[in-house]
Amino acid sequence: MSDFKISRRGILRGTAMVGAGLAMPTILTRRAWAAGYVNEPTGGTVTLGFNVPQTGAYAEEGADELRAYQLAVEHLNGEGDGGMLGTFSSKALKGNGINGKKVQFVTGDTQTKSDAARASAKRMIEKDGAVMITGGSSSGVAVAVQGLCQDAGVIFMAGLTHSNDTTGKDKRANGFRHFFNTEMTGAALGPVLKNAYGTDRKAYHLTADYTWGWSQEDSIKKYTESMGWETVAAVRTPLGAGDFSQYITPVLNSGADVLVLNHYGRDMVNSLTQAVQFGLKDKQVNGKEFAIVVPLYSRLMAQGAGDAVKGILGSTNWHWSLQDEGSQAFVKSFGQKYGFPPSQAAHTCYVQTLLYADACQRAGTFMPSEVGKALEGFDFDGLGNGPTLYRAADHQCFKDVLVVRGKENPTSKFDLLEVVEVTPRAQIEYDPAMLGGELGPYNNGA
Amino acid sequence: MDAILLQILNGLDKGGAYALIALGLTIIFGTLGVVNFAHGALFMLGAFCAVAFKALLTMQKISIDPTQMTAWGTPMEIRVPYVEAWFGDFGATLLDYSVPLSILIAIPVMLLLGIVMERGLIRFFYRRPHADQILVTFGLAIVLQEIIRSFFGANPIPLPAPEAAMGMIDFGAALGFDAGSVVYPAWRLLYFLFSLAIVGAVLAFLQFTSFGMVVRAGMADRETVGLLGIDIDRRFTIVFGLAAVVAGLAGVMYTPILSPDYHMGMDFLVLSFVVVVVGGMGSLSGAVVAGFTLGILQSFASMNEVKAIFPGIDQIIIYLIAVGILLVRPRGLMGRKGVMEH
Repeated sequence: MSDFKISRRGILRGTAMVGAGLAMPTILTRRAWAAGYVNEPTGGTVTLGFNVPQTGAYAEEGADELRAYQLAVEHLNGEGDGGMLGTFSSKALKGNGINGKKVQFVTGDTQTKSDAARASAKRMIEKDGAVMITGGSSSGVAVAVQGLCQDAGVIFMAGLTHSNDTTGKDKRANGFRHFFNTEMTGAALGPVLKNAYGTDRKAYHLTADYTWGWSQEDSIKKYTESMGWETVAAVRTPLGAGDFSQYITPVLNSGADVLVLNHYGRDMVNSLTQAVQFGLKDKQVNGKEFAIVVPLYSRLMAQGAGDAVKGILGSTNWHWSLQDEGSQAFVKSFGQKYGFPPSQAAHTCYVQTLLYADACQRAGTFMPSEVGKALEGFDFDGLGNGPTLYRAADHQCFKDVLVVRGKENPTSKFDLLEVVEVTPRAQIEYDPAMLGGELGPYNNGA
Repeated sequence: MDAILLQILNGLDKGGAYALIALGLTIIFGTLGVVNFAHGALFMLGAFCAVAFKALLTMQKISIDPTQMTAWGTPMEIRVPYVEAWFGDFGATLLDYSVPLSILIAIPVMLLLGIVMERGLIRFFYRRPHADQILVTFGLAIVLQEIIRSFFGANPIPLPAPEAAMGMIDFGAALGFDAGSVVYPAWRLLYFLFSLAIVGAVLAFLQFTSFGMVVRAGMADRETVGLLGIDIDRRFTIVFGLAAVVAGLAGVMYTPILSPDYHMGMDFLVLSFVVVVVGGMGSLSGAVVAGFTLGILQSFASMNEVKAIFPGIDQIIIYLIAVGILLVRPRGLMGRKGVMEH
């Protein structure tokens, strides 16, 4: 016989152990399915975070992106004329929100600065409960916010970002890009440049000194040098230099007969205007007419450059003058709401929102890993770029690329670019291993 | 050699803008003792006087044409500028010369703005520490910027030079080089000459008029001038207006070189402060000399031959020179004893 004493402490300890034992299976099962991802919408609404430049050099583009997002939210919630929901090949969305939840949104100002963009995305995830972040007008910002979203465990649907790195060496499982990249620009623009200017050319590059500029310069060099062009010089210019004339004067007597401006936004407006001011458009060098090339065009920026864009070749992700059903539906909705046509930035943001919503609807959840899987390898049509694939290997969309030229006789202030060629998707496809990087595993956050 | 000559020309037109902004900054600092961080915004406002003038000239009669439709299904708007409709060829010439003509608008507008700014805000900060002055004028610059953005948007607005000044001038032939080897845009040369004329006019005004004499006396010893019964405050208000006009005119004429946007003032502000410091706080001729010198050196630093030896030198040259000058001559090139030293 042993002494068996019942003490108060013993009873407390025993009760706690039994209680913990009984509760254990419940804790495990709850963790297994309910707390599976960050910011799971529990009420009747789901919150999306639109992170766009509302101040700074890209504010105009950011404002257009925000207009597109608002339009997308209206259409998802069944308001307005439905826009591209009517032409989208997937019919999962019914105009009653996403997974039966009404869509609402919060906005942040990226200021086109990586740290500000990360801070506003963090705020939308942690304070506002955003389940997805989208937007941006710069590759530096996109790469930074994509990394933050990966760590936080939410999906990032990139806005306007053109650097190879976004879905190349800096790609992340939680990040997805609809916009094209500099590799595709090079592949599409190369043959057009060859037809327009021949194979015996000397090119001079002026390049914005950051991730996108380097990526753009490499891609254009790769394709032009392979067809016989010589690169005379590639000069890096500081971002936001304003007056580029000190970089343009050395071009005059360099022996180059092509100037490639790897600039975007305000830099593109200024460098192009100043290059034309220095007579480069009308110059004769090596017995040939001097040519200027702007690899990445934007209609909003073309407006800023005025007459300087006339006759200049470049590429763009989308243009409002496209005649396919999807583009026309989007231009109609956007034009009737705002009184002017949408930019390529607005288009890609609108499409990304629809694609995300559709993936959630098909997956039946907002869990990033499931939504991501629904997007991976997704073939779709009717969103303005023809048949498109969201490639699983790098989360990059593959579709036709537009080569455009500044119009000689514009009929309105929006009618500045004409489509010279629609480069078929097959011509711009590449091996995902070429750009490096690893997607890594999805992060659901919780 | 032709490349060097081109970079000198380039430095001169760039330096023209630096010199004009720095001149205004120095005048304000020398007379009122205020470090005016809103001076870049005044340059930007001047540029937007040209934008507003062009907008006035191109005001359009809008009529709806129900027979034509836009891509989004609304009736097309037909726009005809009033000026061209009313004045025909003369109207077209007016439009062509809108940038130089907007000087006529910019002078009274900038003078008024300068006076309102000084009377309404700056004068309350005369006796406050320089840090307070910097904060309030920097804040004012942001407010002015955002006002302009709300009216004109964030995109740059193209304003071409008059057709007659759009071409290139061939220096090569005149200086014994091969024809076509040294060509430079006419408007940029015009800008350089314009900046020289303005600098000359301001210095002459301060040197040879009795108003200028009182102002210079006030700069040297404000209290004594006050004791002589002269209302120096009123004159300094006008001087502030004058500095605003100089910055504004620099902005107006710069529009064909750089399409104006709401942020353009900030790009020039920091550089202009460096120019003032290198030239010597309070020294008018120092500001002018430093403006042109730094403009030319910045152009040289951007040459490929220089960048090949010192990569990235083009982005830091101005600050390197500022450091060098301040080490050797702590008061700047032509700084006066006693300014900013108490």
